[in-house]
Amino acid sequence: MLTLTSPVETPLHRLPAGVKLAALAGYTALLFALQAPGALALAGLPVLTLIAGGGRVFAAHAGRMLRPLWPFLLVVAVWHLATGAALEGLAIGLRLVIAVAAANLVTMTTRLSDMIAVIERLAAPLTPVLPPRRLALAIALAIRFVPVLSERVTQIAAAWRARSPRRAGWRVLAPAALAALDDAEQVAEALRARGGAG
Amino acid sequence: MERSLTHIALFTALIAALGLVPKIDLAAGVPITAQSLGVMLCGTVLGARRGALAVLLFLVLVAIGLPLLSGGRGGLGVFATPPVGFLIGFPVAAFVAGLVVERTTLAPLWAAMCGAVIGGIGVLYAFGIPGMAIMLDKSLTEASYLAMAYLPGDLIKVVLAGFVTQAIGAARPAALMSRA
Repeated sequence: MLTLTSPVETPLHRLPAGVKLAALAGYTALLFALQAPGALALAGLPVLTLIAGGGRVFAAHAGRMLRPLWPFLLVVAVWHLATGAALEGLAIGLRLVIAVAAANLVTMTTRLSDMIAVIERLAAPLTPVLPPRRLALAIALAIRFVPVLSERVTQIAAAWRARSPRRAGWRVLAPAALAALDDAEQVAEALRARGGAG
Repeated sequence: MERSLTHIALFTALIAALGLVPKIDLAAGVPITAQSLGVMLCGTVLGARRGALAVLLFLVLVAIGLPLLSGGRGGLGVFATPPVGFLIGFPVAAFVAGLVVERTTLAPLWAAMCGAVIGGIGVLYAFGIPGMAIMLDKSLTEASYLAMAYLPGDLIKVVLAGFVTQAIGAARPAALMSRA
């Protein structure tokens, strides 16, 4: 399955994931402390430089990942133009775009395996209740079954269309959930037969 | 133990699958993502604890960079967008929805609808609205007006969560773990 990690290698790819995540946390806290649009724009420069430094393909990818933000920017723009507090609106919009772009930058430059390693380290104190092996197995199972269940939902919808001129719509939901439940029972039996989930 | 683990993992995958499949027209021509419905179902079908864990696992997968949110969104960036409060509220919503189904003796249809209203709307909005207020620098009142945009879709999902839970209870009584 596709991940959001960029195939374009940047120097950021070589930094340890933990360092990037800590830097992101500090940076986001800083963004929320700043109030003036000028200061926010200045704080956003390093992120912009890093994105632009990755080349055109990398920057286009980063731009696409910001697209879901537009409805919120529109709401903020309309709201603040109507209330006459345009400068505040600019600050809110800038903070939003920069914070999301910075977080996306970390996602784009960190491999899935490195992220999973961080999760395992963070979950280490939970070992008595949640053995790391069990967590790793749950993550792997979920990732493996996303395409399986997507395919199943598509099949159920196609089977419905073969029998009815109307769209399947919500009627796929119950069979899809049943498919997930049945798969879960079978995988559980398969795991038990192979010595359990550890 | 294996059963718990596989049910959690498979329902995590189901939430993702419901977001990936495009264009589920839930009601006449209104394209609504079935994703938050998946969250409600985790609670009403798997029960409080397993449901919350399935949703939590889903959020972990999104955070580590898998594009599993509807529209192919994912990564750490989504936790800096205005609806972040709703994401944080998802596991709690599933837990409360599951708790209602577990602790009431209503028929599955009504129990699941009550659970979905209390968990999937009441509890979820209690997280989502303050989140939106902080991210957009608005007052709680102003943020709740904005959140009303989600309400019609969520009301439809409540009804569907009831019917789907009832259908599962009828087809596989043993699989309705919230009532087992």
